[in-house]
Amino acid sequence: MKHILVIGGGVAGLEASIRLSELGFSVSIIEQADKLGGKLNRWDRLFPNSLPAKDLLQELESRLNSNIQAHLNAQISAIQKNKNEFEVTITGGLHLSVDAVLVTTGFEVFDANKKEEYGYGIYDNVITSAELEETLRNGGELLTIDGKKPNRIGIIHCVGSRDEKAGNTYCSQVCCITAVKQAIEIREQLPESEIFCFYMDLRMFGRHFENIYKDAQIKHEVQFIRGRLSEAFENSDGSLMLKVEDTLLGKPLKMNVDMVILMVGMVPSANSNHIKNILKLKTAADDGFFSPADKHYESLKTDMPGIFIAGACSGPKTMENTINEARAVSIQIAEYLKSNKHHSITQILETVKL
Amino acid sequence: MKIAGKQLLWGEYQKEIATDKYFYARSCIRQNFFPASEYTFLKILREELGKDIYEDPRHTTCTGIVYHTDLVRIETTMTVIARQFALMTESGYKNYVASCITSFGLYNEILDLWEHHPAMEQKAKELLWKATKREFEKPLNIAHASDIIYKFRNEIAARGKFRLINKDTGKPLRGVEHIGCHYSRMFPHKGVGGAEYPYVLAGMIEAFGGEVIDYPERRHCCGFGFRQYIVKANRGFSVASSKKKFESMAPYKPDFILTNCPGCPYFLDRWQYAISELEGVTYGEKGHGIPVLTYEELAGLILGYNPWDLGLQVHQVAMEPLLEKIGIPFDPAKKYLGIDDKFLGKPENPSLLKVY
Repeated sequence: MKHILVIGGGVAGLEASIRLSELGFSVSIIEQADKLGGKLNRWDRLFPNSLPAKDLLQELESRLNSNIQAHLNAQISAIQKNKNEFEVTITGGLHLSVDAVLVTTGFEVFDANKKEEYGYGIYDNVITSAELEETLRNGGELLTIDGKKPNRIGIIHCVGSRDEKAGNTYCSQVCCITAVKQAIEIREQLPESEIFCFYMDLRMFGRHFENIYKDAQIKHEVQFIRGRLSEAFENSDGSLMLKVEDTLLGKPLKMNVDMVILMVGMVPSANSNHIKNILKLKTAADDGFFSPADKHYESLKTDMPGIFIAGACSGPKTMENTINEARAVSIQIAEYLKSNKHHSITQILETVKL
Repeated sequence: MKIAGKQLLWGEYQKEIATDKYFYARSCIRQNFFPASEYTFLKILREELGKDIYEDPRHTTCTGIVYHTDLVRIETTMTVIARQFALMTESGYKNYVASCITSFGLYNEILDLWEHHPAMEQKAKELLWKATKREFEKPLNIAHASDIIYKFRNEIAARGKFRLINKDTGKPLRGVEHIGCHYSRMFPHKGVGGAEYPYVLAGMIEAFGGEVIDYPERRHCCGFGFRQYIVKANRGFSVASSKKKFESMAPYKPDFILTNCPGCPYFLDRWQYAISELEGVTYGEKGHGIPVLTYEELAGLILGYNPWDLGLQVHQVAMEPLLEKIGIPFDPAKKYLGIDDKFLGKPENPSLLKVY
């Protein structure tokens, strides 16, 4: 039985492992955390249909089978290629011989401490979208540090995304719809609250996203203000004063809110950087995510035969796209193992007679 | 407010500050506004700390004021700054200390420009040679004078006769700080503590026994803003900026305002008088204003220097309430006496702002 190494046991790693095992392969998942599921362990409900993340995780876990072996709290120490096989060393001294490697090391959320002017880590009532997800997941109420229900909440889009100062010029894709989703969820929990979303552009690219955005405005009375937060300050009562320019009105705006939620973007995970160094994989200069062999036709292959990528380790993407990539890469790995060939787009084009 | 979060950030913004052998460049305007501050700085370094600090009487403006009001070309600014560096080079010093925040920012800006565009540095060398037949080396270390006081804050506190403690209550006096826009806004790593939560003045206040207050408009401009004041028609913006700060800080009842930049203490001090006349509002206790200090004046008070030798009598806002809180003795009869007890003249009393 051919053996595949999957590095990272999040959504992409789990879905791909299940698919590969169902195709008749043996799979070893190397997960650095103490449990499988990645971000599904942190998120509450998933857009666009409010599917509980727990349910998706449960579904994935229910399909794990005896052909999948998970190594938790584990890290890759070394990988050596020997003809068509990879010799893998895992922390603790375990050795594996595998026929293909799938990298699904995902992403990390942007470290909001880097946007010093927003006061995360300094002002008590500034939190991140990831922290809000965890609060909601645990059935918690959104409360200020003093234990009060916030009346006015500012949601800040593009924190660590499309931001040259932060070093990330790219769009993280999911933050706009996450902001809209979370704004609705807060309004459902706190119907008396006022919510203000501060955005640069609203990128509602996915199916149903635009309608959710419309619902947020009409049904849930969430207010959207086009303007990037300049600075946040803490008032003596712990509330926050925001300075922002309303770019549609062309006027500077000063506003007090009880809480600020920062929509943190995606950045390559520390584990991706670790694997990059071990496997000598290429990453894009402008965002640091893994580069595929070709952006159109080989988006799940690296330029190293037998090494594949899927999910958010190759750039920000939605859960839906991550799952689709995981399924697609399973087929590509199966094709590779069947022929032991790693066709590149150049090789394929060479066979085409024009 | 999470102090631990600030401390984490401060750890990332620790700049190298030379320990001795400084070349000192004065500000164009500070000696007029706060006449003893620069003198006090030199006195503290030479007499209290035993440091070697040199100033060349031939040094000039850095052009900062006209540069920031768009009246000179960058080539002029570069050449003047190159000449300052040439004077330092000729005197055998390598550690440049600027008294003025605008100068400090401009030196950093020009050095950064030269680093990224070496042709501009070459041009500055050529222009300086053509104009003066001088040559220069870039400073090994560049600091603002407040960086030096910050570096030796604990030594000053140890030698001090007074602490920023209310003598009646035993509680720390509460100060707000204002570092000046050009200190670290352009180059956060050139300032102690960075740009958003700077530590250079906060560290002094803490070392001298006081407590620092953060208030919502802490980052807002003092009111100088160059064109806000220098262009006469814009002066309403200048007063409005200062007023915004006073109204934001007043609820925290600060005992004093500590400043870094030539313009900041001037506008934060004088505009309290102007606002009292214009609006009938004062921001300190019992009809007084909030006392405004330069960092040299504060260090001098801690060291026990005579308040009138520090030039505190030329402040618009009366400093006596602060002196009384700390317990610093002062002789009201000598407030307006200069060297050899020569009477300097006494200003008229404002109609509302209470003075001693």
